[in-house]
Amino acid sequence: MAPQISTLRRALFMPAIASRFMAPSALSRSFSRSADEDCSTFTVDIAVQFKGHNVEPPAQVVETSAKELMKFFKDMSRMRRMEIASDQLYKSKLIRGFCHLYDGQEAVCIGMEAALTKEDNIITGYRDHCTYLGRGGTLPEVFSELMGRRNGCTLGKGGSMHFYKKENGFYGGHGIVGAQVPLGVGLAFAQKYEKVKGVTFALYGDGAANQGQIFESLNMAALWDLPAVYVCENNHYGMGTAEWRSAKCPEYYKRGDYVPGLKVDGMDTLAVKQAVGFAKEHALSKGPIILEMDTYRYHGHSMSDPGSTYRTREEISGVRQERDPIERIRKLILLKEIASAADLKSIEKEVKNEVEDAVAKAKESAPPDPSDLYSNAYVKGYGTQAFGCDRKHSTVVLP
Amino acid sequence: MPIVNRLCRLGRQIYGRRTFSTQTAAMKRMNLVSAINNALQIALESNPRSYVFGEDVSFGGVFRCTTGLADKFGKHRVFNTPLCEQGIVGFGIGLAAMGNIAIAEIQFADYIYPAFDQIVNEAAKFRYRSGNQFNCGGLTIRTPYGAVGHGGHYHSQSPEAFFCHVPGIKVVIPRGPSQAKGLLLASIWDPNPVVFFEPKWLYRQAVENVPEDDYILPLSQAEVICTGTDLTVVGWGAQMAILHQACSEGRQAGISCELIDLQTLIPWDKETIEASVKKTGRLLVSHEAPITGGFGAEIAASIAERCFLHLEAPVSRVCGLDTPFPLVFEPYYMPTKNKVLEAIKASVRF
Repeated sequence: MAPQISTLRRALFMPAIASRFMAPSALSRSFSRSADEDCSTFTVDIAVQFKGHNVEPPAQVVETSAKELMKFFKDMSRMRRMEIASDQLYKSKLIRGFCHLYDGQEAVCIGMEAALTKEDNIITGYRDHCTYLGRGGTLPEVFSELMGRRNGCTLGKGGSMHFYKKENGFYGGHGIVGAQVPLGVGLAFAQKYEKVKGVTFALYGDGAANQGQIFESLNMAALWDLPAVYVCENNHYGMGTAEWRSAKCPEYYKRGDYVPGLKVDGMDTLAVKQAVGFAKEHALSKGPIILEMDTYRYHGHSMSDPGSTYRTREEISGVRQERDPIERIRKLILLKEIASAADLKSIEKEVKNEVEDAVAKAKESAPPDPSDLYSNAYVKGYGTQAFGCDRKHSTVVLP
Repeated sequence: MPIVNRLCRLGRQIYGRRTFSTQTAAMKRMNLVSAINNALQIALESNPRSYVFGEDVSFGGVFRCTTGLADKFGKHRVFNTPLCEQGIVGFGIGLAAMGNIAIAEIQFADYIYPAFDQIVNEAAKFRYRSGNQFNCGGLTIRTPYGAVGHGGHYHSQSPEAFFCHVPGIKVVIPRGPSQAKGLLLASIWDPNPVVFFEPKWLYRQAVENVPEDDYILPLSQAEVICTGTDLTVVGWGAQMAILHQACSEGRQAGISCELIDLQTLIPWDKETIEASVKKTGRLLVSHEAPITGGFGAEIAASIAERCFLHLEAPVSRVCGLDTPFPLVFEPYYMPTKNKVLEAIKASVRF
């Protein structure tokens, strides 16, 4: 058992050690020009090597701009604050049921959004708060939904696990692990059929990677050359089970066998952006590809899991110190003198206020109307009767 | 009265007095989790070729039903599986087909559907299609089911009705710790595959004195918990506590209810229910699962057919609504005590 634990630890910290040797381009910026508008591009080296399976990995450099980095910082800080606020709301019993927090993994959804458009679809599991925000969701919608209020993104009927945003290509938000992946393949088929120049990204975790339906749908995607990208968000623990205890081959990017794969440092936003752009191109021209994001969650599996019975506190704080995605961007911004430490602090304060306002607003909104219990079981106007509890007195014609 | 005393009295009222295979056994206060854990221990002790497996069972499981088993019996007998329900059940069928006792856990009943094909097409038909050359009778699938107050769509479902439609398997649902221990051991030793639904809401809530020894309760035998003359009330699992409260309040209103716990849903004890309905002339069935197509429908149709001339009122069903199990609307959805009481009074007034 001991050798395997240290292998896992090494795997978690290797990217961090490598990142100390990140070699940026030497360009100094003055603070007179607003960093938020500065679109002039420069390249950044990606510290951790991509690992390809049956595919030539993309270049280890990525193009970015001051504007993009500032956006990354702000968006990730917002997501981080949102998850921390959700933690507090859950503990004060304003959020009930299940709540799976994404903090630590922000680089994955932010990096994805940097390389994708709203023509592309994203479908994921239940750890979807930040993915929803990345797809254009707003903080009040998030908190309202979490607290089960009617102006939540799913009208208060879905809760934490079921966020959707159809107009921005976000297909949710699913409770049953792995079940969203075949759906993603179907979405990709539709995109190809309708000749939309978009790709579907189907996200799942290392636990779900052992579900049979993932392999079934992968075969279909490969057979029909569908523009589907499988993204395994490998945070190394399926609830409380470490990857080496549940998978014979924890190299999830290789599990596609005949489908190529790429392993990406999921805590490096720029690496994710590069990989996702590469994968999108691959999916549009050649067919499916698997991306394995090497990432980490600070919280436990859900709010009922302290997250410390199956991993050490040193491991968690170690990753937070060495590989935190927000800190990485902060360091890069400071290194390239895009903004000062004080500027970044003020952005964090701004974001904190945004979150607090949204929480306050959500706390005041009303729960859904009781008649909504019956709505949307079938299509509106279908006229079917739903029987109330005793089938005699209360029958409802479904709205 | 202090809350503890009140709960104890409620516990004794609900769980009643049982006859067990040994009446002089020592008793121990256990909740549902400990009772199930105890049953699994006994099973693993009695048969060296018995195995407990499922997601996260090794450390004790998400509800702690399998605590201590891996330490006591070894990781080759109590082990984790990856996240693959279809694989878990299929594997269990194979293990049972080789003469072993396979006790598979599906972490929540809401996740059982990928395994549905294996249960229906493989487990239920193995003995039949092989002309009795093979069978997977050693398979028992344990799974927590039912509402908890905040479970939402995928941690609250009661899918028992789907499995009651499958000849070849048995479906068993206990209402409390002593029944759970006896019924689980009976299910494990039963030479047919059994799906055992555990009411998760009662895991810690239900506490009572449970015999410490090895005992079984008979399958396919319903239990009359309280006798009555006006109306027969039938249910199972966590709903029994609700029905018991409704019957008590009914008694205060002058209605004498006969409360029956079905315990085994298929093959179900038609004789006991029929005898009761022939006596009372009225039947009410209640379950958490949605009303349309729920198992209450089978009971209602059967009784209507066999006891038609004895019925004084139509068979009444008080069940969950015909919607997906809701999140914030759970209190509206559930067949609560008041809804049951209304139906009891309506049936008697008919």
